[in-house]
Amino acid sequence: MRRIDLAIGIGGAAGQGIATPGDILARIFVRRGLHVNAYNAYQSIIRGGHIFLTLRTSEQPVLSHGDKIDVLMPLNQDTMTRHLKLMRAGSAVLFNSDTVKPGVVPEGVQLCPFSVKTLAPTIKGDLVQNTIALAAILRLIKVDFEILEEILTLQFKRKGTAAVAENVGVARAGYDYAATHFTSFPFSLPDTGKRLAFFEGNQALAMGGAAAGVRFYCAYPMSPSSGVLHWMARHARQLGIMVRQVEDEIGVINMAIGAAHTGCRAMCATSGGGFALMSEALGAAAMMEIPVVCINVQRAGPATGVPTKTEQGDLWQVLGAGQGDYPRIIVAPTNIVDCFTLVPTLFNLVDKFQCPGIILSDLLLSEGRSSIDPDELDFSVPIDRGDVIGLNGDGPPVNGGFKRYLVTDSGISPRALPGTPGYVHVVATDEHDEDGVLISDEFTDPHKRQAIHEKRMRKMDGVLPLLPAPELHGATDAQVTLVGWGSTEGVIREAMQQLAGAGIVASNLQVRWLVPLHADAIVSILSTCRKVVIVENNYSGQFARYLRSETGIAADGHIRKYDGEPFMPHHIVDGVKAILAGSTKLYVPVHEIQV
Amino acid sequence: MATVVQVERVKVTVKDLKGKVDPDWCPGCGDFGVLAALKQAIAELGLQPHEVLTVSGIGCSSNLPGYLNTYGMHTLHGRAVAVATGAQLANHHLKIVVTGGDGDGYGIGGNHFVHAMRRNVDLTYIVMNNQVYGLTTGQLSPTSIKGMNTKSTPFGSVENPINPIPLAIAAGATYVARGFTGQQKQLVELIKGGMQHRGFALIDTFSPCVTYNHDNTHEFFKQRTRKLEEMGHDPTDFHDAMEKGCLWGEVIPIGLFWRYPDLPALDQLEPVLGEGGPLAHRSLGVAPDIAQALVNELM
Repeated sequence: MRRIDLAIGIGGAAGQGIATPGDILARIFVRRGLHVNAYNAYQSIIRGGHIFLTLRTSEQPVLSHGDKIDVLMPLNQDTMTRHLKLMRAGSAVLFNSDTVKPGVVPEGVQLCPFSVKTLAPTIKGDLVQNTIALAAILRLIKVDFEILEEILTLQFKRKGTAAVAENVGVARAGYDYAATHFTSFPFSLPDTGKRLAFFEGNQALAMGGAAAGVRFYCAYPMSPSSGVLHWMARHARQLGIMVRQVEDEIGVINMAIGAAHTGCRAMCATSGGGFALMSEALGAAAMMEIPVVCINVQRAGPATGVPTKTEQGDLWQVLGAGQGDYPRIIVAPTNIVDCFTLVPTLFNLVDKFQCPGIILSDLLLSEGRSSIDPDELDFSVPIDRGDVIGLNGDGPPVNGGFKRYLVTDSGISPRALPGTPGYVHVVATDEHDEDGVLISDEFTDPHKRQAIHEKRMRKMDGVLPLLPAPELHGATDAQVTLVGWGSTEGVIREAMQQLAGAGIVASNLQVRWLVPLHADAIVSILSTCRKVVIVENNYSGQFARYLRSETGIAADGHIRKYDGEPFMPHHIVDGVKAILAGSTKLYVPVHEIQV
Repeated sequence: MATVVQVERVKVTVKDLKGKVDPDWCPGCGDFGVLAALKQAIAELGLQPHEVLTVSGIGCSSNLPGYLNTYGMHTLHGRAVAVATGAQLANHHLKIVVTGGDGDGYGIGGNHFVHAMRRNVDLTYIVMNNQVYGLTTGQLSPTSIKGMNTKSTPFGSVENPINPIPLAIAAGATYVARGFTGQQKQLVELIKGGMQHRGFALIDTFSPCVTYNHDNTHEFFKQRTRKLEEMGHDPTDFHDAMEKGCLWGEVIPIGLFWRYPDLPALDQLEPVLGEGGPLAHRSLGVAPDIAQALVNELM
């Protein structure tokens, strides 16, 4: 049987109600056990502009939002004008013919006009066209009307039975109209019998925090990271998490550090601009040896940049955040499951090594939505608080002399929480001796400074063996090895499938743990690869430079995109072909759709 | 839960509160007086060293936690109030005192200062106000008087200073006082009052810099300061508090300007802290039924 691969595009201005039909479709798909990947291209505007939601479904995992649209639902003329020319044979376009005109139609594209005035003459408001289009789409893919009826009933229940009847009636009219006037797709949606969950990366990060036992979460609103704050705030009371919106990101990280010092697991999230403000305090957390986790959801920079567009442009910012050398652990989740599972893992590491941990996500991953097997959302994760005294308020009896920064072979010193009898000490952002006494002001001591600095930095030696080394995905003798980091895993793997169809064998090395880096493992993998091409969402090849600095490996080719939109699989396919043909070493695709 | 060992409450003396090292402040610095008053206040309140967390930023006066035998955090310049807020919410059983200077609190930390007062976080904030930057060797501070000659204003400052008293009252602090290191007894009482007050307490304290501020000296304040309790002041009268707080000249009032006793502190308003003790001591993990409910939301 042919695999179903259906992408629905819904476009319009902000405020036209794109999210609701998108959510309903996604819910219908995942309840049948179909996989879904969704990406919403939007702008920093509350009303107006152009928003385009791509919702792609298949009975197999969907790795990216793909290259094509099978069903277009333009809610305004602008969307029709932008997207119709890119529609391919076999696709369908559903639109309200009262307000939207098609123009030149590519060959083989089925136009499905409907008149809202005719189908729903008595109903006021613009959202009715969404309901009709949604019903018509469901008819085209042969979903029973009862499923939509049930969802609409639930959705409009609060507004009373009249509203329910009205909306169900309109939907029925659209559904029946499609049945008699439009040609259905040549497949039916299967039902695997296994319901899937559907959520966005920010929710996954927040839920990962909950699973890790985060008790203190604070943030300053900043796109595209605010989804973490929203989830945390919504569930704060249910989960017993203190959630605070703070005056600025400097306050955010410092508040998190204060909470973490008393023994809470504390987390915060921001985007690149907010992260820049947090830099100094991350060094302070490392200096005082307080474990804290900060999420940076990257957006296109620099400065305010493009707040609603994606980029992998903060790698060097997080690598070098703050003054001086200090231990830090940095991880870039490569998919939505990672967003959930890496948070508890990182908390265990930062608790053990008493240093800051940074999660480097991006808009694509954090605001992109994916289906997931709910069994993968396991909240019963192992929790390791490390060498800490006073978690319950008390520690073993001690007769003074506690050395908070005791020099040890591992560099890890037992940590005592404020409030614990017998372990009184001061933690300081100034350089200090083993007992916390400053050696920075009076009588600076180079030997003590060296010893305590080495103790702190030595902790990193213990981190690397605990991190899984990256593994090559695909054939070891592939013609080309695509190296990526973080969110590009899905699109690279889909590009590999397309390349295989074109007779090009490709493999993928996706790097998740960035600091510390498994440099030796990477060298041993890449040294036998025939051609190394690095794929990343930034201008300067930030990962390429990092890889070279840590391994000495200079890639054979680069595929980079920095226009704000994420890669589509064919961008990578085209880049690989161009690089293999020797026509360029750096391929920068042009994004076809103006969004 | 581990069994809680009952700690014997020994009487803590001022001597017990001495830190691991002696202060490195200049001889004659006002900060010695603040340290002495704080120790006296802690001893008189009967607090154990482990029950107190002293949080500071950076500057001469921010070195104070190192000279005190309580838990301490010597954080970044300007960030003490933010760090202390996090610590207070995470463990509201701790008695948290924030110490620092005028540059640290009213300058670089101004944003956190204002918002902590708005939130009425249960902190006692002692600002050692010497109206100059000392540790950076004598530049203008946010409280330096107009016309003051400093290294960064060699021809005299043309800027108006901040007046922290009306600022704090307007911002929502619920205990606003001014002390002077030349009035130790009163300073001890003001600090004790602040530490017993449930909510944000500001104790702006004239703590003269003997090295870099030759305008606002110990003698300057000795001649001008007048105790509010001798001026027939009612600290529950908002208008009177604002009016007295704006006085600056031949008479500079010291004492308790403003007290709003019945406003709950932030931790008292936070439902998450309603039961179960300090957040920091709670066990981690999500109950299976709640975890299932979270997953069900996504289905």
